[in-house]
Amino acid sequence: MNYSLLLPEIFLLLWTLFIFVLDFFWDKSKTHSLGWLSLLGLGITAGLLFGSGKGNLFGNMFLSDGFSFYFKLVFLSAAFLAILSSIDFVKKIDKYRGEYFGLILLSTLGMMFLCSAGELITLYIALELTTIPLFVLAAYLKSDSRSAEAGIKYVILGAISSAILIYGISIIYGLTGATDLALIQFSLASQHLKFGALGPALIFGIIFFIAGFGFKLALVPFHVWAPDVYQGAPTPITAFLSVASKGAGLAAFVRIFFVSFNVFQPDWVMIIAVLASLGMILGNIVALMQTNIKRMLAYSSIAQIGYILIGVVAFSWRGISSLSFYMFAYLFANMGAFIGAITFSNVTGSDEIKDYAGLSRKSPGLALCMTVFLLSLVGIPPLAGFVGKYYIFASAIERGHIGIVIIAILTSVIALYYYVGVVREMYFRKSEKEFSFSIPFSLKLALFICVIGVLLAGLFPTPFIDAATQAAQVFYYW
Amino acid sequence: MSFPILSYMIFCPLLGMILVMLLRKEQVQVIRWVSALFSFIPLVLSFFLLAHYDPSTSRMQFVEFHKWIPSLGVNYQLGADGLSVPMLFLTALLSFVSIIASFNINFRVKEYFAFFLLLETGMMGVFAALDFFLFYIFWEVMLVPMYFLIGIWGGPRKEYAAIKFFLYTLFGSVFMLVGILALYFTVEPHTLNMMELIRRAPDLTRGFQLIVYVAFYLAFAIKVPIFPFHTWLPDAHVEAPTAVSVILAGILLKMGIYGLLRISYPMFPQAAIYFALPLAILALINIVYGALVCMAQKDLKKLVAYSSVSHMGYCLLGIAAITVTGISGCVFQMVSHGLITGALFLLVGVLYDRAHTRDIHAFGGLWIKLPVYSGIMTLFCLGSLGLPGLSGFISEFMVFLGSFPVFKVLVAIAVLGVVITAGYFLRMIQWMFLGKFNTKWEALPEISGREIFTVTPLAILMIFIGVYPMPLANIIKATVENIVHLVGG
Repeated sequence: MNYSLLLPEIFLLLWTLFIFVLDFFWDKSKTHSLGWLSLLGLGITAGLLFGSGKGNLFGNMFLSDGFSFYFKLVFLSAAFLAILSSIDFVKKIDKYRGEYFGLILLSTLGMMFLCSAGELITLYIALELTTIPLFVLAAYLKSDSRSAEAGIKYVILGAISSAILIYGISIIYGLTGATDLALIQFSLASQHLKFGALGPALIFGIIFFIAGFGFKLALVPFHVWAPDVYQGAPTPITAFLSVASKGAGLAAFVRIFFVSFNVFQPDWVMIIAVLASLGMILGNIVALMQTNIKRMLAYSSIAQIGYILIGVVAFSWRGISSLSFYMFAYLFANMGAFIGAITFSNVTGSDEIKDYAGLSRKSPGLALCMTVFLLSLVGIPPLAGFVGKYYIFASAIERGHIGIVIIAILTSVIALYYYVGVVREMYFRKSEKEFSFSIPFSLKLALFICVIGVLLAGLFPTPFIDAATQAAQVFYYW
Repeated sequence: MSFPILSYMIFCPLLGMILVMLLRKEQVQVIRWVSALFSFIPLVLSFFLLAHYDPSTSRMQFVEFHKWIPSLGVNYQLGADGLSVPMLFLTALLSFVSIIASFNINFRVKEYFAFFLLLETGMMGVFAALDFFLFYIFWEVMLVPMYFLIGIWGGPRKEYAAIKFFLYTLFGSVFMLVGILALYFTVEPHTLNMMELIRRAPDLTRGFQLIVYVAFYLAFAIKVPIFPFHTWLPDAHVEAPTAVSVILAGILLKMGIYGLLRISYPMFPQAAIYFALPLAILALINIVYGALVCMAQKDLKKLVAYSSVSHMGYCLLGIAAITVTGISGCVFQMVSHGLITGALFLLVGVLYDRAHTRDIHAFGGLWIKLPVYSGIMTLFCLGSLGLPGLSGFISEFMVFLGSFPVFKVLVAIAVLGVVITAGYFLRMIQWMFLGKFNTKWEALPEISGREIFTVTPLAILMIFIGVYPMPLANIIKATVENIVHLVGG
């Protein structure tokens, strides 16, 4: 067996433990510098990832293919940006700074396993490895009651969703006698040929899967935890949750549904189409009424996952390619917007949108960056978000799903109003308060990376799209 | 031609924007002159464009082609024909004039000129893009600087006007996006090349043409604006700062018409014929309703804004007829309206800067105090109401001449619009410039040299086209004939 396929994961695990151990001996006043070491670890992991080949390990338990490669890059980039934006932030936490970075790395490791899992038990364990560190991270600001509330809510709802998911897994196992995704596909396909329609057990199984992943993806109607957790959690963690955790859930979801439940595609695609539409409508409309930027971005991300799922609804290689590309565009724009919010609240201590008034005068650079991110989230060309939306809509229209595209474009006009609402505060309004903005290097770098990402993926998306298309080919070898 | 003149025209202002952003915001004078320079270069280039344009063919000229995003079938493709050359020239001219007219902006100067130059890049791009993806990018890119320009430097209700403009136009353009995608996947092999799509137009079924026409129509109708999508216009035009109103009226409104002629007509000929009568009726509503609303205006800027609604109606009437004369009249009207209304907004701005009111009734007998200003203003008002010898007359006459054989009754009613137009402009001249001098304005200073400089080229062109329309007619002839031929009307 070719264990070198696992090299990135093994390295990241060792590096994580190294960070945890180092934390014991490190000078307590300088533990934030462990962040830089964590970044180094992520960089080396990415390097190893580029070097590692394609193939399977342990039967089909661990798959290393174009799809997992693409999503691992998304997770590593998201973790990189989250840690980079935390280096200044952790100075506010008086204890356990080293563990903070270690937990992010551990969760990233879980995500990497998750998108490589070719088998349900592995997948479940990877999912737990992803979420349990996130529970802790959400409650990291223990003295802040909102953060504690976020942690509790996230634990309880996360546990329920995991329970639902494992119930679904057990039903599928009962029906097919397999946990291997490909074997499940063959078994279900042959049963389908024999019996025709799908039985109630399978319907429940599929619904439990959708519900279980619905929680992870904050899909309407399983989204209620998201705004509170997003608002209460430390902002870098919120950013990480909104991008990486969603990406991980999405990767696993796509793998299960495009492989195992492939045969019953017409049935579950309908459900996803309805849920995606609900997400776009509800997320965008509720976001209109938010006054707190983190809550606003939380609802916006509920809407964004709706757009992403249009790629699933399209059910074609272009669909997967487009949703993978969208994930990258969303990564830069959404992380960027959160990093902007972190920068702002580090200086002013506020997350209220109305406090952004006059930011363009006090810190033109930050205001410009925020504007770029928000306009990319709306989908204004030539930014990455536009190419993402264009590609996603193209995949759906190619398959004749005009209805969901109409919903998507109308809700994106609604979205313009609240995203631009922040821009309006920054540029049109005057502020009473005076702040002197000095942005630390780590945040400047993070903002810079995100702006470059948004512009590059918007103006020269070819390499990103090609990588996304290679990811999609994993499911379309037939 | 190897020299990529269109790319230079498009990206020169963008380069200027980057330079302006690199300057310190205290260097106000440098920022102004850099902006003027980088909007002057495209103007110079546009003269080259006019000089090197070969009017004998309807084929695209100055073509540039580069692969851009092969996986999405997107290419960087530019070109100009008899329809885009006049518009590119108009864009370059009005942008330069507007930037000169903006020298009196003293508030957040750096941002203002940066946004303005970005706006110019977007407008140039729309008129030169031959790839749908590229076209859409430029079409949308414009909205952002426009939003800021209205929202930061506008009048009392600027925030409302800015977001209304943004939402309205985005609403229209997203439907166009769906239309573009539908076209892309319908035509085999898939392409976003507009010229190729025009060649494939006969492959499209009638039903498909009708649906996609409507999707594009929403985008274009909001931009023009065609009744009942015109409600953003008075807000945006009135609240916008002077130079931005010039651009809005002079260029942005034409984009809707340009879209209809460049895209809707050649690509969906059956739909164009099917919707010709409804379009003519809407044109009539625009003409008469716009003119009647003007009669009721007390605000000078609102009057000019609504007169645009009315004047765009003539363009639409010319298009709806699908005759060579009618469409030529429409292109004449686009140019002529750009010159005249641009100048009118500039002149309204001149007065408002001094008097801080735009109430028509607040003035009176201004001719005694401001003879030069009143003379220029009257000249442009006469141009706008269609006085023979000025460009407005030529265009309206051609529109009526071209459309009368097709829509006899409608045109007969539309001519009433001309009468109403004469009515509100003459009344306005009478109230403001003639009669008893209102001594309140004793201290009003006369129009300055810089301000005269901004309207002079517009006046010269207005008179030139009015007296000798042949050069412009030559440029557009082959292209317009080709459009009519493609539609088969």
